[in-house]
Amino acid sequence: MRKTLVVVGHGMVGHKVVEIAVARGLTDEWDVVVHAQEGLPAYDRVALTTWFGGADLALPPVAHPAVDLRLGEPVVSVDTGQRLVTSASGLVTPYDALVLATGSVPFVPPVPGAAGTGRFVYRTIEDLEAIRAYAATSRRGVVIGGGLLGLEAAQALQSLGLDTTVVEFAPRLMPVQVDDGGGEALRRLVEGLGVTVRTSAATQEILDVPGGLRLTFADGEPIDTDLVVFSAGIRPADALARTAGIAVGDRGGVVVDRGCVTSDPHVFAVGECASALGRTWGLVAPGYAMAEVVVDRLLGGAGTFDGADLSTKLKCLGIDVASFGDAFAETEGALELVWADPVGGVYKKLVVSDDAQRLLGGILVGDASAYASLRPLVGSGLTVNPADLIAPASSGVQMELPDEAQVCSCNAVTKGQISEAARHEPDVAAVKECTKAGTACGSCLNLVKSLVAKEREAQGLAVSNALCEHFDHSRREMFEVVRVRGIRSWSQLLSEHGRGKGCDVCKPTAASILASLGNGYILDGEQGALQDTNDHMLANLQKDGSYSVVPRMPGGEVTPDQLLVIAQVAKDFGLYTKITGGQRIDLFGARVEQLPQIWQRLVDAGMESGHAYGKSLRTVKSCVGSTWCRYGVQDSTSLAVALELRYRGLRAPHKIKLAVSGCARECAEARSKDVGVIATEKGWNLYVGGNGGFTPRHADLLLQDLTTDELVRYVDRFLMLYVFTGERLQRTAPWVEQTGLEHIRSVVVDDSLGLCADLDAAMEQHVASYSDEWADTLADPQRMSRFVHFVNAPEVPDPSIRRVPERGQFRPLLPLEVVR
Amino acid sequence: MSWNPVCPVVRLPVDRAVCVLVRGEQVALVRTLEDRLYAVDNQDPLTGAMVLSRGIVGSRGDRDVLVSPLHKQAYLLDSGECLDLPDAWLRVHDVRVVAGAVEVRLAAESERVPA
Repeated sequence: MRKTLVVVGHGMVGHKVVEIAVARGLTDEWDVVVHAQEGLPAYDRVALTTWFGGADLALPPVAHPAVDLRLGEPVVSVDTGQRLVTSASGLVTPYDALVLATGSVPFVPPVPGAAGTGRFVYRTIEDLEAIRAYAATSRRGVVIGGGLLGLEAAQALQSLGLDTTVVEFAPRLMPVQVDDGGGEALRRLVEGLGVTVRTSAATQEILDVPGGLRLTFADGEPIDTDLVVFSAGIRPADALARTAGIAVGDRGGVVVDRGCVTSDPHVFAVGECASALGRTWGLVAPGYAMAEVVVDRLLGGAGTFDGADLSTKLKCLGIDVASFGDAFAETEGALELVWADPVGGVYKKLVVSDDAQRLLGGILVGDASAYASLRPLVGSGLTVNPADLIAPASSGVQMELPDEAQVCSCNAVTKGQISEAARHEPDVAAVKECTKAGTACGSCLNLVKSLVAKEREAQGLAVSNALCEHFDHSRREMFEVVRVRGIRSWSQLLSEHGRGKGCDVCKPTAASILASLGNGYILDGEQGALQDTNDHMLANLQKDGSYSVVPRMPGGEVTPDQLLVIAQVAKDFGLYTKITGGQRIDLFGARVEQLPQIWQRLVDAGMESGHAYGKSLRTVKSCVGSTWCRYGVQDSTSLAVALELRYRGLRAPHKIKLAVSGCARECAEARSKDVGVIATEKGWNLYVGGNGGFTPRHADLLLQDLTTDELVRYVDRFLMLYVFTGERLQRTAPWVEQTGLEHIRSVVVDDSLGLCADLDAAMEQHVASYSDEWADTLADPQRMSRFVHFVNAPEVPDPSIRRVPERGQFRPLLPLEVVR
Repeated sequence: MSWNPVCPVVRLPVDRAVCVLVRGEQVALVRTLEDRLYAVDNQDPLTGAMVLSRGIVGSRGDRDVLVSPLHKQAYLLDSGECLDLPDAWLRVHDVRVVAGAVEVRLAAESERVPA
């Protein structure tokens, strides 16, 4: 006889219960019925704010015959005696076990005027839809609550174009996560983004006045606004349990024991609606842990929920905030070490034991890059001066983690377990597979990689850096094989050095290497089949299956006539137009069959491929330099144009970005680029290995006061050495760190390996053989034949690509959206 | 369901996929190095985008796979099973060549992944 599990609530945690029930085979004997209040299946509420940017928040659905998901059917009563639930539409379902996963409801402070037009909460996609609709005719917005969610709401209002104010009752922003110093740094950063911040402000009343709303406060001036969003915390949604006679805690929440069982033995509660260990848990990770416990119990196990690490690291309004361990120095005798850069908006605090021997916790605002390495150290002995851990150049400090330090907090994997696995598993992928470290959020992956490498080195074992199951070579080794043996085709490479048929890892890598070594047009013959879709269509694939188009604008220069052509093309094809960070224009939303028509017009106007789709040179950014600028000491724009034309089309292990600044003010931000050039009174300084992105790094000074000819020679060699020896998808920043700046200097300047002639020859060949891929494509009907969606109906466009207007342009229709 | 002629087999590139329209449905056709043909859904089950035919064809072990170009999940071409995600799969359609023409017979709608 099959049994029935009823799950009330289909939020992230309710969904997790179902996922685990299927994964662990509970569904072999149980049917699972899920009652969702919202009309949408579970979505990623943690990332709610990204919905405004068009993100698809849907979680991967669980499709299983034993699972019955009932959307828009909230449960209105539970009869614990008969073991029945009744839904809003009157559906009655008997259960053998019941899981309450009703989550929480937003707390709206009981101030007069809190209800009415223009007042919103921030919890569901429906709330966000209502805010977006109302904001369309509004100018000003106020968020009540300066915690995490409040700042998210502020970000959303700002992105909707409203003048935004955050009102916080406490004396600082994010009062739960950070202390006064951190709050001050946060405030400066938030204000720097154009959001007005008002702290220590107790809202007294919300009045409807002509033209909008007025907020009055116990102290200070009132604020006039068009809409108000309440984000003043959440309360557990425990009403259903209360009416069913199930015990509820003094401060709300369904009381559960360590097995997540409520006062009724057939009823469990998980997530934000549960009160476990005497408190509620407002993060998703503890909720997931509870989901695991419930399924384990139903399978006859004895799993327990023993609390959770409440350390958090997040990005809010683009600002890094992290807090971990005993962040508020509540341990007896705890000492605080603070490093603050008020100008740069960085605040870091470590809490250590009274003898400074143990790390207890900390707070990081503005720069949380040290979080991944600091959090596992909590509770363990310090082998370095703690001040070094948060000083600006902390990345160079090596920390020795004890074996019991938890590296992966999602799956509770310690350093000891990772090291142990590395002794018998050949590579990082196998260690991940065997320990599950780094398989959830991935924030510890770099640490896992370095631990594996270190352990294997210590054991005298090699770390396998094989590309994939088809080749035992790393990219660097594959490059050597192709270069030295003069291999000219994929089939030769695969048959002589690989096995199987290749895959999405080795095929594009081989294609890139063949292109770097000057094999001509990248899509002819069997080389075409190797390319990722971006290189295959010479455009960038977007999430809805359309592509974006980026013409090259060397040095960021563009003529008025070219702008007119781009504008007309964008209008004629309904393309969304955006300025990129690399000083050029991106045109989004082109269907495959439109790409040749678009490019014909761009090529006719003298433009060429910008290679935005390739692992290749992107842009050379520049300031206007001495031609126009009062401060410029060299002509940075002319140099940038020359460099971009020289290296355009160069295929590399990853994308390459350059910049040239005309003086030390560095307006082109050259030190965040793979190659940065900064003008001096005497010539050019050359910097290498910079990066923005996921792991920002300032470029290192390679050579000083170079003439233009010298500069070009060394950039040639630097880039070609990277092409020769970089690993797959390794940017120059980690490559420079791995190779060593001194070594690179000795190879490209002193020719210590005798390689310079080869590097120079390879670059000469690249420059001489460059040809615009789009002009070449348009000139050849055979090459044009790929640009159709249906090969058997070339005149039919892909009907799934649909557009809606937004801010005067077009964007994709999202999967969950209904056309109005 | 019946067989539907779609295009001459020579229109299919080797070691790559293309998309064809069959009775209003989008089907990704793959022609392998050994000239074996496969037909699977063109819709990426994860995102709903019609892009599987733009993915790279390859092998995992001795099975042929097609890799989604969006987030690189590999799908077995003979069974439609996703090797990187539970609960995601592509419908596999019947495909044959008759006198140089590729013909496709659609799988039942009931085999589709619920959205």
